[in-house]
Amino acid sequence: MNLTLFLLFPLATAIAILMASGLKQIRVIALVGSLLQLALSGKLLLAYYEQRAAGNQSQMLFEYVQKWYGPLNLQYHIGVDGISIAMILLTAFVVVAGILVSWETEQLSKEFFFLLVLLSLGAYGFFISLDVFTMFFFLEVAVIPKFLLIGIWGSGKKEYSAMKLALMLMGGSALILVGMLGIYFSSKTAGGAHSFDLMELSKMNIPLARQMLFFPFAFIGFGIFTAIFPFHTWVPDGHASAPTAASMFLAGISMKLGGYGCLRVATYLMPDAAHAYSWVIILLATIAIIYGAFATMMQTDLKYINAYSSVSHCGFVLLGIGMLTQTSINGAVMQMVSHGLMTALFFAAIGMVYSRTHTRMVAQLGGLLKIMPFISTVFVIAGLCSLGLPGFSGFAAEMTVFMGSWQNPDKWYRLATILACASIVVTAVYILRAAGKSIMGPLGNDSYKDLTDAKWYEKSAAILLIFGILVVGMAPFWLINLIQPGTEFIMNKLAVVATGL
Amino acid sequence: MLNEYFFVLKAEWMLIAIIFLLLFLKVGTSDWKNETLLYGINILLLVNLLVGFYANLEGGLFSGMFHNDALLILEKNILNLGVYLVSLIAYPWLKKHEHVLEFYILLLTTLLGMFFMISSGNLLLFYLGLEMSTIPLAAIANFDLDKRKSSEAAMKMIISSAFSSALLLFGVSLIYGTTGSLVFTEITPLLNGSPLQLLAFILLLAGFSFKMSVVPFHLWTADVYEGAPVAVTAYLSVISKSAILFIFLQVLYVVFKPMTTEWYFMLFFLSLLTILLGNLFAMRQTNLKRFLAFSSIAQVGFILLGLSAGSKTGMASVIYFLLIYLFSNLAAFGVIGLVSASTGKESIDDFKGFYKTNPFLSWVLAIALFSLAGVPPTAGFFGKFFLIMAGAEKGNYVWVIFAALNMIISFYYYLKVVKAIFMDQNDHPIEKLTVPALPKLAFVICLSGMVLTGILSWIYEYIHTLSNF
Repeated sequence: MNLTLFLLFPLATAIAILMASGLKQIRVIALVGSLLQLALSGKLLLAYYEQRAAGNQSQMLFEYVQKWYGPLNLQYHIGVDGISIAMILLTAFVVVAGILVSWETEQLSKEFFFLLVLLSLGAYGFFISLDVFTMFFFLEVAVIPKFLLIGIWGSGKKEYSAMKLALMLMGGSALILVGMLGIYFSSKTAGGAHSFDLMELSKMNIPLARQMLFFPFAFIGFGIFTAIFPFHTWVPDGHASAPTAASMFLAGISMKLGGYGCLRVATYLMPDAAHAYSWVIILLATIAIIYGAFATMMQTDLKYINAYSSVSHCGFVLLGIGMLTQTSINGAVMQMVSHGLMTALFFAAIGMVYSRTHTRMVAQLGGLLKIMPFISTVFVIAGLCSLGLPGFSGFAAEMTVFMGSWQNPDKWYRLATILACASIVVTAVYILRAAGKSIMGPLGNDSYKDLTDAKWYEKSAAILLIFGILVVGMAPFWLINLIQPGTEFIMNKLAVVATGL
Repeated sequence: MLNEYFFVLKAEWMLIAIIFLLLFLKVGTSDWKNETLLYGINILLLVNLLVGFYANLEGGLFSGMFHNDALLILEKNILNLGVYLVSLIAYPWLKKHEHVLEFYILLLTTLLGMFFMISSGNLLLFYLGLEMSTIPLAAIANFDLDKRKSSEAAMKMIISSAFSSALLLFGVSLIYGTTGSLVFTEITPLLNGSPLQLLAFILLLAGFSFKMSVVPFHLWTADVYEGAPVAVTAYLSVISKSAILFIFLQVLYVVFKPMTTEWYFMLFFLSLLTILLGNLFAMRQTNLKRFLAFSSIAQVGFILLGLSAGSKTGMASVIYFLLIYLFSNLAAFGVIGLVSASTGKESIDDFKGFYKTNPFLSWVLAIALFSLAGVPPTAGFFGKFFLIMAGAEKGNYVWVIFAALNMIISFYYYLKVVKAIFMDQNDHPIEKLTVPALPKLAFVICLSGMVLTGILSWIYEYIHTLSNF
């Protein structure tokens, strides 16, 4: 299977969008492109199973290496394991759903869909890369589209939010840049040259002093993308101001780039430092979980509610990574998938409500269930998934994180786990309150009576995401089995160190 | 032998031929329309650019005073390309100008001076070329003949250049005093870092810093950039800066190689100051030309970081960055020049709502700014990344972290302009402009340069193979 197709499809879609004219043509092209991409991701999954069934035990499948900048040892090196496939599937789902909910974007539609596709190109490129430089390249490719999407099509204080988001993410990139240069100049291949290649780097041991110096740069750099405390402040503003599809992409895809990078680059390449610093990560993650949950309780705007709850939920990802047990890392990856699908669904539902009622204030909503049963149901499903109801993906993922965390015998780590568990109660409070107030009860406004329920494109977007949530929720072992071989390699690398210390 | 005189000096002969042709046109009775003249001259420059790639001969002339090798040929080609692009984007402004021929004669004379300067193997020829490239430049900075600011710019420029030349000359004389020679190859073995030589080097460095507008020798830059016509500003900020950096590379890497540790720390402090002050001042600017002036000061700070590597990769990354910088900056100046020539507006506030009326120009300007900021997939990302990577080679992570954090500041002010173009509302946006064919060609070249120079790695690899020292 040629993984470069994952870049060529969005590229072709983007070029076709530039050629097309009129909203009707553009959105059809965008949808067809994203559906093809989804089909390709499905095919990748099948091909992966085929390879594994045939007994292929290598860490990365479908690898392809092409020299890029020879004198600087840069390569275009791509390949996937189970973790990346899970992420690619997530991206494909969210992209299709995002394009569907933006079906009626009249304002500058060509630019809008072009930027959406460009953003997805960055995400796909990031997930297939096995070279730190190309990863960094694609990570940054995705920043500018976010800035423009929020600043041009957003609402509220959009310019401020766009600038804040862009600058904080660039700040993250700057830290990653330092971290990756540190890794590069600490590395030495058999030939004596330096390397950016993830597979090469994973085979060598970076000197401990170097790890201790550069791990914080790399981890916090990627952490900013996934809203590590105290660098999470771009999340609420950015998500709240963004247009619906951009919020979905931001929360569903873009924040996952950070988690993936934390795991794949920082933790995997610098395992000693990961062990040494794990208490810091756990401390920050626990604060993010608790603080995010309580901050959510105080919000009155639906988008802010979901954005702050994202801070809390992404804290579980970092918690899972910081605990450094296999189960917890599995859980972290599952939480990324689950959170991606769930927040995308939540933002889609909020967008649908907002486009009809023109308000996102919980206090002004009410009684929506009678008028728009479909949207309200979607809303409730997203909420229930978010509070971790069994049967939905959120439960399976968070449960795995907690189980994995408990395996860590240190008493402080257990305390962190207990605190993180307790946050679920808070989550239940704010979700039930928001859902109850806006969906049940008397109508918030008499003019709501004339509102219509979801259109076909909104329905299909929601159903697609709910399908994903249910699959992960009902059959979590399917996802764990997919991820497991990938995390095993990471664990092996971590274990070598743990015994060595 | 005659053959050698012709082919080694080929790039220079070409320019001399064009200059004389223009002189004859000037002296003879030519009542051609400006458009015809401009098209003709641009075709000549295109021919000059293309000929630059063929029939090149490496070698030395005049007992080592003048030399030419593959790297210099490449550098001359880059400068030729830059001049061609400047000439294309100057079209909307020159169309209405009375003295087209004089402009080009002066412009090409400066280019000729730069060619002699970068090819020099002797401090005297170097100084001669430098002066030849500076004095006509001051004259064309004054080419908005009815604007006071333009004359002011020229005045400031000539005075500050004279001052920096004096410093340079003093440095040169001290070098001569301690080593007894002006020839590069003879100086190098005699350098031992004695206090007098150190003083000579500091004076030379100050002279260079003036020309490159490195902080604290940058004070003339913003005023001159603002006052001079846009095309001349573009020329100053890209071509003349690149030429100075090309020879600076030679001077640091070849001539002053024995004093590497000394110049490394000087560059370190100069670069920290330059990046920080350039960035901080750029944030506060409201005039686009001043804005680009300060942002280009900050860029030089990054170039110094790459330079400091003192290795093959350092050299390659600097030349590569300059090539990308040429495309990005000329694209930005092209748009600003076009707007300024047709409406006279140059402030950032005037560009609010620009996207609604001029989508094509907006994208060109935005992509140019992204490239200057170093955002992928534009080539500027690669350029800046390689500079920082080269700088990290010596393990000076303070510098690297400082540069990386400053990239965020620079990102802020570039995005501020992008925000004005795309997001801000304006009741009286700049009206729809028609883009003439020649600037359009320049934009297409710049755009493809900004995209392809990064993705296609062989350009860098080619420069890397040529980087010799």
